[in-house]
Amino acid sequence: MIAKPRGSQSGAPAIECRAITKRFGHVLANDAVDLSVQRGSIHGVIGENGAGKSTLMAILHGFYPMDSGEIRVDGRPAAIRSSADAIALGIEMVHQHFMLVEPFTVLENIMLGAEGGALLAKGQAAARQSLARLAQDYGLVVDPDARIEDLPVGTRQRVEILKALHRGAEILILDEPTGVLTPQEADDLFRVLRALRDEGKAVILITHKLREVMAVTDHVSVMRGGRMVAHLATAETSAAELGELMIGRRPGAATRPTPATPGVELLGVADLRVRDGAGVARVRGVSFTLHAGEILGIAGVAGNGQTELLEALSGMRAPDSGTVRLRGVPLAPCDAGEMRRLGVAHVPEDRLRHGLIADFAAQETAILGYQGDPMWRQVLGLLSGRAMERHTKALMAAHDVRPGVPGLRSALFSGGNQQRLIMGRELDRAPDVLLVGQPTRGVDIGGIEAIHQRLRAWRDAGKAVLLVSVELDEILALSDRILVMFDGRIVGDLAAGAGERELGLLMAGAH
Amino acid sequence: MNRPLPRWAELVLLPVLNLVLALAVSALVVLAAGQSPRAAFDALVIGSFGSWDSIGYTLFYTTNMAFAGLAVAIAFKAGLFNIGVEGQAAIGGLGVALVCLGLDATLPALILLPLAILGGAAFGAAWGAVPGWLQARRGSHIVITTIMFNFIAAALMVYLLVNVLIEPGQMAPETRRFATGLAKLSAFGFPGRSPVNLALPLALAAALAVWVLVWRTPWGYGLRVVGANPDAANYAGIDQAKRIIVVMAISGALAAGIAVNEVLGTHQKLILNFTGGAGFTGIAVALMGRNHPLGVLLAALLFGALAQGGSELAFEMPELPRDTVVVVQGLVILFTGALGGLLRAPLSRLFPARA
Repeated sequence: MIAKPRGSQSGAPAIECRAITKRFGHVLANDAVDLSVQRGSIHGVIGENGAGKSTLMAILHGFYPMDSGEIRVDGRPAAIRSSADAIALGIEMVHQHFMLVEPFTVLENIMLGAEGGALLAKGQAAARQSLARLAQDYGLVVDPDARIEDLPVGTRQRVEILKALHRGAEILILDEPTGVLTPQEADDLFRVLRALRDEGKAVILITHKLREVMAVTDHVSVMRGGRMVAHLATAETSAAELGELMIGRRPGAATRPTPATPGVELLGVADLRVRDGAGVARVRGVSFTLHAGEILGIAGVAGNGQTELLEALSGMRAPDSGTVRLRGVPLAPCDAGEMRRLGVAHVPEDRLRHGLIADFAAQETAILGYQGDPMWRQVLGLLSGRAMERHTKALMAAHDVRPGVPGLRSALFSGGNQQRLIMGRELDRAPDVLLVGQPTRGVDIGGIEAIHQRLRAWRDAGKAVLLVSVELDEILALSDRILVMFDGRIVGDLAAGAGERELGLLMAGAH
Repeated sequence: MNRPLPRWAELVLLPVLNLVLALAVSALVVLAAGQSPRAAFDALVIGSFGSWDSIGYTLFYTTNMAFAGLAVAIAFKAGLFNIGVEGQAAIGGLGVALVCLGLDATLPALILLPLAILGGAAFGAAWGAVPGWLQARRGSHIVITTIMFNFIAAALMVYLLVNVLIEPGQMAPETRRFATGLAKLSAFGFPGRSPVNLALPLALAAALAVWVLVWRTPWGYGLRVVGANPDAANYAGIDQAKRIIVVMAISGALAAGIAVNEVLGTHQKLILNFTGGAGFTGIAVALMGRNHPLGVLLAALLFGALAQGGSELAFEMPELPRDTVVVVQGLVILFTGALGGLLRAPLSRLFPARA
């Protein structure tokens, strides 16, 4: 299917939003938002979590109806009531979480929604043809017959983009596209985006990474608290200015970690090997030591064994082989409950999946893993709602969880507040070793600072922190020592303040 | 968008509206059969609550529904759909009968009675624990295995009652009557003439015990975590497999309460198909009762009244086809159980969203 060139009145923006307003209950998610994106440009939309970027994009793509406002495509008023309308207008979205059918091949995924008649052959031929053309035009090379599940993340994203282009995208929206990519993969993506721009497409890039905005966009719009606070030409602004606009105040200069004073070894890992649920070897001989008063950062692109490493150390997954020493003593295999009793706390990577129970009240989430504790077992060893509530209230006050309502369902707290509640729960027992995975994923900037400060304070109190993060900035800001994981092995052991480029190359497996 | 309803609306208004809807459609069915819905409704209510006798019968059926509902509900709290209550109750009845047949000559009723209850519970628990074990350790889906176990239980009961346990010289597939002494104990001074017996207070106690166990013990907390988020259970160090096996055993033991009510409390002998489908109705009871013991008791009362009132209705209005009563009962199950969420969406539009 070849995209028909759309007659655009000269100078009219590819897409223009006028005073879009959207309200969810009492929350004004979009307050008279304007946005104008030209053909042949890459337009960044930045803002903290909850600033309203996602809502705006959801409206553009027909997921939500807007309460008021107007959308114009190529200068003509457009009614977008569903995703089908958006796609018909050439508006395509590449989601943060890919919408691909994993057991299908690239070709089959590309055809999705453009199967072309009762028999597949015609659609298949068209898809194969357009894949070849797109590979030539934009350097988007993918094997059409590869299965999605066999492809690395960066390539899957290419498939998403190809799918959009095959369906005739003129306006391409990318939601946090680099979150899962190595720096090198991100560079590849930016090359593709530039090629798309040069072909006259409009690209909207939603991100919270200022560096990317500066690197790749032509224009940038900043959202804060549901409003557009600035529209700027990227060449005329700076990361510092954008950061300030985004959070409404000048961020404190990234505090360099005070030099660590490592003490005794608390956690020692020797030749650890772990398989995932499907039996694939994910951790393939990892050894390291973690000392008191130290934050050890584990950098790496998601999916290189960090998850399984954390699961094995926290007792959630039995390792294949290898030894784990706690305070110098080899540990017998044990479950997560036993690890907690031994003083190893765990803030999980995926807080919705592991860290909390969405349907439970916050006070019930606040005892997850510690449900047997005598603190809330008062009469006859039964759980006391009042004791749980009291405990949670204190926890919420100490860790700035808002709203401080223990009876509220866990799902109703924002990501940052959920994370603070989980951190509070895990730190409450003063564990010697804290395992932390992606501590600030989906947390806004203010929340990130608070969580980082707490982790540093924990280290300064002489405890040990093992930090797994795919955010390079976070690793660099916090770690006293950095290990790089690639394909289940430690491929680099660097001191604090290592170069980003060096780290990036190691993360990409170029060692 | 699906907004959550206020608590009172979710727990009270929605079930009541579902019930009203079911009765309204039932009225149409009665009307279509050429009878007066008003008269049918009166017969239903008077039949179930009109006298001490009928109240006693209602409560007798309620006891069955309560045990069945609790059995389904507690398994559901762990995310398990126990369709096998019917079979677990039948095997529970076997346990009750074996204890009574074997020991009623030697033991006084005061010791025999609790022993028979424990025997029934143990048999029901074992029959529930096997599918639990298969689910936890072998990944066999609990819905499939419990359904299969119903058939196995039914076949086993037929075989035993026809070939082994049948009273010599009798034609009916049932055991001999248990030696007397039990009947007096099992009646507990409820006015009127009805089969309601000590199993009723036992059901109330079981409901309380289920509530304490599920909502007030760390074990029950873990059970709810397993049901609500199995990954989080792993993270919290809760042994899912063990929870699944144990809760299925508890569920089976609760199912055996039906046997206590029927075999021990009423018939005083083991008969074929004494469960009469109560185990399946328990699914609707648990659904309507939102898997909470108090809700289950209320729903059990409703279904108990329908069972009793329904048979009175058939008696009072012989012109009404016998099947109409079954249709009415089915409609209530349909609207309160299977279609329980039907009115949630329109209802949620009536309530302003709460921030």
